[in-house]
Amino acid sequence: MANYFWLIPFIPLAGTVINGLFGKRLSKKVVGLLACTSVGLACLLSLWAVLHLTHLPPNARRLTHILFTWIASGDFHVEFQFLLDPLSAVMILVVTFVGFWIHVYATGYMAHDDGYYRFFAFLNLFMFAMLTLVLAGNFLLMFVGWEGVGLCSYLLIGYYFHKKSAGDAAKKAFIVNRVGDIGFVLGILLVYVTFQTLDFTSVFNRAAGFLVEESGGGVLTVITLLLFVGAVGKSAQIPLYVWLPDAMEGPTPVSALIHAATMVTAGVYMVARCNPLFSRAPLTMEVVTWVGAATALFAATIGLVQRDIKRILAYSTVSQLGYMFVAMGVGAFTAGMFHLVTHAFFKALLFLGAGSVITAFHHQEQDITRMGGLHKYMPITARAMTIGALTLAGCPLLSGFFSKDEILWQAVAGGHLVPWIVVWLAAGCTAFYIFRLLFLTFFGEARMGAAHAEPCQESPRRMTTPLIVLALFSVGIGYIGLPPLFAKVFHLPNVFEHFLEPVWQGPPRAPSAPVTVACFGQSVGNGEGFITLLSILMALAGFLTAWLFYLKQKDWPELLSHRLSGLYHMLLNKYKIDEIYDTVIINPINTISYWFLWQFFDVGVIDGIVNRTGQIMRGAGRLLKNIQSGYTRSYAAWILFGVVAILVYCMR
Amino acid sequence: MTHLLTCATFLPLIGALVLWWIPKERPAAIKTTALLASAGTFLLGLVPAVRFDVATAGIQFEERANWISLDTMRIGYHIGIDGISLWLLVLTAFLTPLAILSSWTAINQRIKFYYSLLLILETGILGVFVSLDLILFYVFWEVMLIPMYLLIGIWGGGQRIYAAVKFILYTMLGSLLMLVGILYLHRVCGSGGFDFVEIQAALRLQPNLLSFNEQLWLFLAFFLAFAIKVPLFPLHTWLPDAHVEAPTAGSVILAGVLLKMGTYGILRFCVPLFPQAVIDLAPYINILAIIGIIYGALVAMVQPDLKKLVAYSSVSHMGLVVLGIFVLNKQGMEGAIFQMLSHGLSTGALFFCVGMIYERRHTRLIVDFGGLAHRMPIFASFFLVITLSSIGLPLLNGFVGEFLILLGTYQAQRGLAALAATGMVLSAVYMLWMYQRTLLGPISIPDNQSLQDLNRRERWVLLPILAMILVMGLYTTPFLRRMDTAVDNLVQTIEGTRDYRTGYRVQR
Repeated sequence: MANYFWLIPFIPLAGTVINGLFGKRLSKKVVGLLACTSVGLACLLSLWAVLHLTHLPPNARRLTHILFTWIASGDFHVEFQFLLDPLSAVMILVVTFVGFWIHVYATGYMAHDDGYYRFFAFLNLFMFAMLTLVLAGNFLLMFVGWEGVGLCSYLLIGYYFHKKSAGDAAKKAFIVNRVGDIGFVLGILLVYVTFQTLDFTSVFNRAAGFLVEESGGGVLTVITLLLFVGAVGKSAQIPLYVWLPDAMEGPTPVSALIHAATMVTAGVYMVARCNPLFSRAPLTMEVVTWVGAATALFAATIGLVQRDIKRILAYSTVSQLGYMFVAMGVGAFTAGMFHLVTHAFFKALLFLGAGSVITAFHHQEQDITRMGGLHKYMPITARAMTIGALTLAGCPLLSGFFSKDEILWQAVAGGHLVPWIVVWLAAGCTAFYIFRLLFLTFFGEARMGAAHAEPCQESPRRMTTPLIVLALFSVGIGYIGLPPLFAKVFHLPNVFEHFLEPVWQGPPRAPSAPVTVACFGQSVGNGEGFITLLSILMALAGFLTAWLFYLKQKDWPELLSHRLSGLYHMLLNKYKIDEIYDTVIINPINTISYWFLWQFFDVGVIDGIVNRTGQIMRGAGRLLKNIQSGYTRSYAAWILFGVVAILVYCMR
Repeated sequence: MTHLLTCATFLPLIGALVLWWIPKERPAAIKTTALLASAGTFLLGLVPAVRFDVATAGIQFEERANWISLDTMRIGYHIGIDGISLWLLVLTAFLTPLAILSSWTAINQRIKFYYSLLLILETGILGVFVSLDLILFYVFWEVMLIPMYLLIGIWGGGQRIYAAVKFILYTMLGSLLMLVGILYLHRVCGSGGFDFVEIQAALRLQPNLLSFNEQLWLFLAFFLAFAIKVPLFPLHTWLPDAHVEAPTAGSVILAGVLLKMGTYGILRFCVPLFPQAVIDLAPYINILAIIGIIYGALVAMVQPDLKKLVAYSSVSHMGLVVLGIFVLNKQGMEGAIFQMLSHGLSTGALFFCVGMIYERRHTRLIVDFGGLAHRMPIFASFFLVITLSSIGLPLLNGFVGEFLILLGTYQAQRGLAALAATGMVLSAVYMLWMYQRTLLGPISIPDNQSLQDLNRRERWVLLPILAMILVMGLYTTPFLRRMDTAVDNLVQTIEGTRDYRTGYRVQR
């Protein structure tokens, strides 16, 4: 029965087809019910398939199913082939579970929208694409899902298509992703040329015969770098992160599902999937670590000063994805995947909470400096958001704490000290920006303008129930994958790590030497404990600063922004990266294409030559037509002239 | 059905003759007859696709007869198809009825003449794809120009005469050189005839029949004609003008099928007959193809006119097809043939779409639109799928050909593949930008407030194409398998020539 796991993506697809074709004639209730049911069924089937998987011996946990041959040309053939192994199992559970609750939430959030059926058709289509991506058994089918989620992202960001900004954001997302996809496609091509197949299992088995490319420059290094370019696009890392903040133009459930919990983690998932390749390419791993660390801090700093509630969360997502890449880069694949899972819960929670706030403001207001004191009116949302914020900031014993802590510790253990410092600083920023958001939105005095004088109301049950569920999971999910330190304390085995173990097929790693830290001349014992302590202190610092700035000394942020106005504006303007891209890349290409390529070269040069040829011909004809005057005497003269000419030529 | 191909090829012509008997006061009868004739042709065209034998390497559904026999030369009526021409035949027969259906209300003047020309055009194109005698091929190649010339010149836009003359002069220039090439081939290795199969066999038996220089010149004579048709950069400037001025059906046939005659000719004649020249010139042609891909896309991006945008996008896409052919391996060539079909469908459909909004608003300028999705949601959905097909989204038809071509290119020359892959981004840029400016956003121009969504006829024009876009993206096997043996032959010819030349060099 578990062999029917390949049906999982197709259940939401059925929802798309029905809602897409007939949704206009169905009531909103039926449309919503269809959409939620299809995802719910997919979730149940996923659960069943994964349970079945756990009953198999660890090394046999690998189910494949081939539907049909998709493309075959000569030696090249690629199948519609699905693969269920622990890695994809984790992903389908997260995607369908979080996806289901976001669908439920959306039935409330979108209740007053005219394009209800269109929205749910797209949302279900996204589930199909995302599940195809994670269940794909070969590179090309993964690319199908990869582009598919990109398409759905395009459709849903641009959902409010009457707004120009939405259309712009959607287009930007698609195109920036496509830039990354060039890398992905070239990577896939090189995989094929190197391994003569695109099937994951065969490729990774053959990769086992490759040596670790210590000096870099080998084929695996090139492959992984190319693939990573794709991941950078999809998972919004430097330099291709620019689309994600703009993607907030989409409805909030979309931001939660696609641009926080699932799609943007596809790049991380892909790196994890290709771990046998990445772990044999140390140079790439180094690049991955640095890109991840840089992005984590960079995005977090921008998040410090933004005012739009969703944009803060968007930069937070970019930053957290950076953490996951740091984990991948230092070879801590389990830790990265663990953070992916916890992040899916708490970031979805934060987004849905933000959506609840936006609903309370009737979709009119997203500026947190014009909110405040909402916890009185929206107790459930406020509590859920508080839990989300605590989890993200890394409050001890919540899931985000365990997963982030594990990444930081693995970075140190692997000897990546500078990246560790970078992400450690980012952790401080994280705590600050999320508590700033929390305090400004839910606490303090209300700063709503007259337009929103009426007290805001708590959202309906359809929206608060998902908040509660996700909040519970944000707290609890961490206990399936406790870091060693806490595993000992709680006597809980790391189920997550054991489950994923068979997936990591890298070269055997030398066990890292136990790190003991000396502090003030004294050994503080276990290094992990020390690193954890530092993380907690950093998070605490961020929290206290936010508390001080936004609840106690409320004029300090104002003063500070004047004192450091240069820095402040640089952050507020997001380092002007978009403007730089515009002036350096987009505008020159546009101008050159229009003036040089089209007007000058195409119309001027090429067509100029063509038309000039035509004119010369016509001119020649006009001259020659004088010869054909129709007068016999003139012809006689020409004949005479010809005869003379020939005679002259002959007698020469 | 021994004369299946003959029937299929000439049924449209018979339809055109029948049209002359219908009084012009009965336009409905004229349209219906034209539609029936072309639909019948499509059904006939399906038969070879269904009954095609994938295992046979040679020509199928072959027919031979004497046409003109003189002491000095024989011109034969020799027709047949193989894996290269099969799907182009089907594509032609598929698009023509839709083109006729799309003209239903758009064309109100000289209806009888218009539909006759469309049918004659179809016979000409089908003839090109089935001909296996060089003179027969040449005759069809030229015959097809006349109806197209008239379609542009009579029912075209403001600059129609300029465009029609440009179109015909450009094409004639190439085909005249080809005629010289044909005559030369006939003299050297035709053994008294113009039969392509015989000439190919003779050349295969005695590769030295043509010296390398002769191959080179002959190749160029043929290639110029085909490259203009494709059109390969920098021979493309007739295309935007012809597209813009042609009536919708003309643009559809032009982009959908006529351009493929160029790449078809390259595959049918240039590669098997002059493999040495092909191998030697391929690197240069590939560079032109790459320039075409990028250049076409960049210029498409800045076009203010919808039809010009699609025209330049064709330059880009057809550049990809040429690249696929001249990387000279199996994936590249199969990808190229597949891409020809995909491009025929998606670009044909794009021109249909442009025609539909042109019929409503009588403008093709992008700035005159915006927000159409509010008033025409069905149109917007159809247009979206077609746009996505054009930018090569996986599971739609455009991706398969594009990926196979990239794969073939990558195996031949990695750098070229990387350059060609930039087309992926650029096509997304110009198509999505166009889509956004035309269909999304608020309705800013009052005239667009009262637009009607697609009527039933218009939906039936696009629905078959949408269906094929999906089918070809999902289930590629029936298409690719029928190309296999023919493409294998081409690849073997190339490989054989390579071996022969290395052997020759070693001997020396």
